Amino acid sequence: MMSDEKQIVKILQGNEACVEGALLAGIRFFAGYPITPASEIAEGMARRLPKIDGKFMQMEDEIASMAAVIGASLAGLKAMTASSGPGICLKQENIGFAAIGEIPCVIVNAQRGGPSTGLPTKPSQGDVMQARWGTHGDHPMIALAPSDVNEILQITVKAVNFSEKYRTPVMLLLDEVIAHMREKVNIPSREQLEIIDRKRTNVKKEEFLPFKADEDMVPPMADFGSGYRYHVTGLVHNEKGYPTSDAEEIDKFLRRLSNKVELNKKDIVIKEEYSLDDAKIAIVAYGSVARAAQRTVKLAREKGIKVGLLKLITLWPFDDDLINQLANQVDLIVVPEMNLGQMFREVQRAAQGKSRIISYSRIDGDLINPIEILEKIEEEMSQ
Amino acid sequence: MKNVIEQYIRKEMFPHIWCPGCGNGIVLGALIRAIHSLGWEKDEIAMVSGIGCSSRITGYVDFNTMNTTHGRALPFATGIKMSNPNLKVIAVMGDGDCAAIGGNHFIHAARRNIDITAIIINNMIYGMTGGQYSPMTPTGKFGSTAPYGNIDQNFDISALAASAGASYVARSSIYNVNQGIRFIKKALNKKGFSVVEILSDCPISYGRMNKLRTPVKMMEWIKSISVPKKTWEKLSVEEKKDKIPMGEFLDICIPEYTEKYKEICAIAQQGGENE
Repeated sequence: MMSDEKQIVKILQGNEACVEGALLAGIRFFAGYPITPASEIAEGMARRLPKIDGKFMQMEDEIASMAAVIGASLAGLKAMTASSGPGICLKQENIGFAAIGEIPCVIVNAQRGGPSTGLPTKPSQGDVMQARWGTHGDHPMIALAPSDVNEILQITVKAVNFSEKYRTPVMLLLDEVIAHMREKVNIPSREQLEIIDRKRTNVKKEEFLPFKADEDMVPPMADFGSGYRYHVTGLVHNEKGYPTSDAEEIDKFLRRLSNKVELNKKDIVIKEEYSLDDAKIAIVAYGSVARAAQRTVKLAREKGIKVGLLKLITLWPFDDDLINQLANQVDLIVVPEMNLGQMFREVQRAAQGKSRIISYSRIDGDLINPIEILEKIEEEMSQ
Repeated sequence: MKNVIEQYIRKEMFPHIWCPGCGNGIVLGALIRAIHSLGWEKDEIAMVSGIGCSSRITGYVDFNTMNTTHGRALPFATGIKMSNPNLKVIAVMGDGDCAAIGGNHFIHAARRNIDITAIIINNMIYGMTGGQYSPMTPTGKFGSTAPYGNIDQNFDISALAASAGASYVARSSIYNVNQGIRFIKKALNKKGFSVVEILSDCPISYGRMNKLRTPVKMMEWIKSISVPKKTWEKLSVEEKKDKIPMGEFLDICIPEYTEKYKEICAIAQQGGENE
């Protein structure tokens, strides 16, 4: 049980809550580059990290920030960077390196409208697919999307935990609405949270195989400088960490890399359900839109319409079964999002035609409000 | 001396991928000899590289090693050094790796004066991809993407490092390898950002397109263009045109980044915030 005395309550901006969550989860290295609407995370880290002997660096660009984060993590510190669309584009090269090198790290994307410079100060959810497939090649990805400021703190802790547990980059998808909004936040103490540290090897030095996985498909790690000398490369490699061109080794490695996330979905998928038990219409939403959708459920039920909400916090890996079951139960699924239907198509694919699915899109830089989702539902019902 | 080299290499990674006559092996030997003469423990060394023939060097040595993305060796190395300042961090780069795609990282690593030793193996060409001209290919020379001659001006990477804020900058060549070992040793010992540029050969890619097809011819050419710094300074503009000055260009003591960061932590912990 959480004891209330230990919780500090503060009014915080979303980006500030992200800093609080990250520090609680043990982040001790941050490298970044100024960008709207994510700069407050770097500013918070610049202020806070030196106080606890953590390391903050403002790098020369987004690419360098991502590289420094990976280097720092390999040398033993939990590490994070934060940016927005244009910066996340630049980071993709090294996000791929973190994936193949199995280096834990967290990338925060405070999403703004795109493409390119796009809408720097306006919200968007346009980077959902980029989060999954932004870097090239088949690779694992975990992406989490909180929907309010308090949840940002909690989910930031989860993001750090997942990156450590699965030795993989984790994308934390905020949007400009929740990144800049100020709300009441409960700041727990470290003891009240589950904090996960990467598995560290304890085998004899001469027996260490840096990329030999345990049964959970994750290899135990060794910090650079801890006496286990090994090689980390962006080339496809064998269990020793050396580049390989052996078809069997390549196949085994790349499948394990993706499977360590895909086959651990049960642990990674976080979702919340509101009024779904008797619902005939479901909204599937995430990020700040999920919060509006929660209100839509209330408004609809006041009108006697049986609407429920499935709020996705884990976007990647995508839980097909969850959507499939939902599609079995309801007649209509509405997917409101601040993009042209990026998650709508995933929902449609997973539902396998078992329910009618419609997309409600906004890409004009305005947030989605509860009433417009309700109007969309009513419009569909009248057809 | 052979036994010395063997103490530091990962034998199971051999044979290496380098072509016969490549200068990378000479630089690897020089680097190991310099490290050995300092008596450093293998556990305390982190060696980082980017992409290219030269970058394979990290796979062959028995340190904490990292073969990263193209041009990014220095920011990865920066993260390692900041995360654990007790590690002795060395970045090995090629000329395209360091001066083209990694140029921005290079000047900023120098500007911070972070305690990393950068070894630049300058063979004046992109060798791995087949001989495209690099920012260090001399003007007028040929590459697979400069079939009519290179019109770009080539970088003087040592001058760039010196003006960007480094603590130690020197240039040597695979022809004068004992000088190279001496410079690398000084660079490794330097507290701050240190750079040693080693002029190297690529008979296969550079030599093939520039009438220097054999390693011996390349070596002779490197010897012919190398001029000691002091001699070079006395040459006329016209005489300087096809020559490269060799020697130490900078050796100063200025505050180092991770040390300065420690001071920032102390200020922060005493509550000295600029509100």
